[in-house]
Amino acid sequence: MFSPVRTSTHSPARLPFWLAAFSLLLLCVPALHAQDWFKTSTSSGAASIRIAVADFKPLSSDPQTVPFKHTFDTTLYNDLANAGIFDMVSKSLQPQATPGAPAEISLAQWSQAPASAAMVAFGGFSVQGGRIICNGYLFDAKNTQYPQVLAKQYDSAASEDSARQIAHRFADEIIFRLGGGTPGIAETKIYYVKLAGGNKEIWAMDYDGANQHPITHLGTISISPRISPDNTRLAFSSLGKQGFQIRMYSLLLNRTVNFPIAAGTNLSPAWSPDGKDIAYSSSRTHDPEIWISDANGGLARRITSFRGPDVSPVYNPKTGSQIAWVSGRTNLPQIYIMNTDGSGIQRMTDSGYASSPSWSPNGQFLAFAWNRKYGPGAPGGQDIYVMEIATKRWIQLTHDSGPCDFPSWSPDGRHIVYANSADGRAAHTKIWTMLADGTQKHALTDAGADMPNWSWK
Amino acid sequence: MNVTRTKLHRAIVLAATVIAMGAVSGCHKKQSGINPNSLGPTPTEAAPAPTATITADPLAIDVGQSVVLNWRTQNATTVTIDGIGQVNANGTQTVSPSNSTNFHLTAKGDGGTAEANVRVTVRVPEAPTAPINESDMGSEEVFHQNVKDVFFDYDSYDLRPDAQASVTQAASYLNAHPAIRVVIGGYCDDRGSAEYNLALGENRANAARTALVNAGVPANRLRVISYGKEKQFCTEETESCWQQNRRAQFSLDR
Repeated sequence: MFSPVRTSTHSPARLPFWLAAFSLLLLCVPALHAQDWFKTSTSSGAASIRIAVADFKPLSSDPQTVPFKHTFDTTLYNDLANAGIFDMVSKSLQPQATPGAPAEISLAQWSQAPASAAMVAFGGFSVQGGRIICNGYLFDAKNTQYPQVLAKQYDSAASEDSARQIAHRFADEIIFRLGGGTPGIAETKIYYVKLAGGNKEIWAMDYDGANQHPITHLGTISISPRISPDNTRLAFSSLGKQGFQIRMYSLLLNRTVNFPIAAGTNLSPAWSPDGKDIAYSSSRTHDPEIWISDANGGLARRITSFRGPDVSPVYNPKTGSQIAWVSGRTNLPQIYIMNTDGSGIQRMTDSGYASSPSWSPNGQFLAFAWNRKYGPGAPGGQDIYVMEIATKRWIQLTHDSGPCDFPSWSPDGRHIVYANSADGRAAHTKIWTMLADGTQKHALTDAGADMPNWSWK
Repeated sequence: MNVTRTKLHRAIVLAATVIAMGAVSGCHKKQSGINPNSLGPTPTEAAPAPTATITADPLAIDVGQSVVLNWRTQNATTVTIDGIGQVNANGTQTVSPSNSTNFHLTAKGDGGTAEANVRVTVRVPEAPTAPINESDMGSEEVFHQNVKDVFFDYDSYDLRPDAQASVTQAASYLNAHPAIRVVIGGYCDDRGSAEYNLALGENRANAARTALVNAGVPANRLRVISYGKEKQFCTEETESCWQQNRRAQFSLDR
């Protein structure tokens, strides 16, 4: 874990400082420095919280209880494991007991070796009269006098999806309580492009890859989905008679809503964090430039004016006052940032082929795709990088796994979702997720999914 | 080349017209003398047969100019000219027909009917015509023979010298065929970012568009669509395939 970081950082001598800053982003509260490779370099000495998740106790004889409870248990465990801030107690090391209520738990069982848990999540799960009733608890295993940290009750129509959503909600409560006050992401969504024959449609899924379902049915090539900060509207770009145009889909009305057509190619929309404006690339002047309009397409104004491609804008989600984007003004595309009025342009990458910026929720980092030695026959490939904006220092997060593109930050800033094709073929592209330090990579979809965009909440 | 030929063609047509008109008017001038026809067979009754002549000066005009018609009749009670109506037995009138017209004079009298004709040729200015039907864009095949796709270096939207030659040939074909409207598609190879490639494809198509406009093709006949790397011509990971994908492609905008 440590060596790739070292080899790809500009100034190894100042590495500990950089990693300390990075771990602050990841964990927000210094006491919760979690990943041990950060501990190695920051010497903070703090361990991540060791948590055990008991299988919930079935409290009814309804035949649906068993399959739904299985879904719930699996989802809850995975959500906490995915969070990146816990040291999970393997289920094989846990006590056999399944306490269904506070009176039934023997905390000593959980705090002793081999479980050695600091926290225990447990509860009861039942299906009664077509509804799921679930009581969830989080106990501090070391605090025998007042162990209860959290108690939650859920009641919802019985379905596989409900069982999953209840687990997500309970997991987010635990993560919010133990993760330094940063809301969890278990209830967030990922919007993406699904290859369908020669066409591309916009799809959505839960953050863990479950519940994959189509949003658009336009029968053309639709790309670059960008969800609005309030989760009500989806902006994207779609190929029509007039070339690529910005389209808008209302998730409340479940249909596309009007967005004015402009001359030339119009693509890669990006929402301002207040949801009022959209930045995008428009070629209405016969040269692709960054434009900003209101969310209905009105009051369009040009922000850049330089010959060559300007595309893929993204707002600083913390301030809304800056935009990062990709410009080919010096031939190969590079990442730049500027103020939303077009002033204060700074070039961020110094070489190669850089594209697809995503701005971290705390405003300090850019994730992007970068091929540092781009060219015919050049070694290396297109990988995901994270750059600290203030210092322009970067680390490489993916290595030798085939071309990677379209990183998108999770709202808690702890995860990055991206697209990867192991053999470089577009049709074989899958969506992957990883922690923002490049660990815990796993695929969320099968082949044929691309351009993920993580919801704002 | 085409223009010179058209001018020559026009000159020949004009010359032919003038000769033809000379012949026609000559004929009429004979009529203005003693017309043997007008004498006719010796009338059995006392009423003499009418006679009629009509002339026009000049015999050929450009559209918008006017002609003086001059007619003379004898022994006629009713004289009419088609398109003008009933007129005096002898008279002149200025007319400005919008296209070539036969002025047909009929003189009716107790002794019978006499007719006279004069043809006024109106020269309507014509746009230089293409060899093919003007409302037709022509066949795809001929179009692609003359308007060839232009190819680009990787990550570049500058026209190469070979592309300049293609554009020059395309422009002369398009200038000679004013009915043709063109869609210029911008394409990229499948390496690199999908969004960036769409912008790059737009720049490529616009580079071709600008070159055509500079060569005299009206911009309103040209439409640009970027397809980026979304519509691949071929999918092999070879330089020759990449090169075929890095292009501005011309198609008829029907």
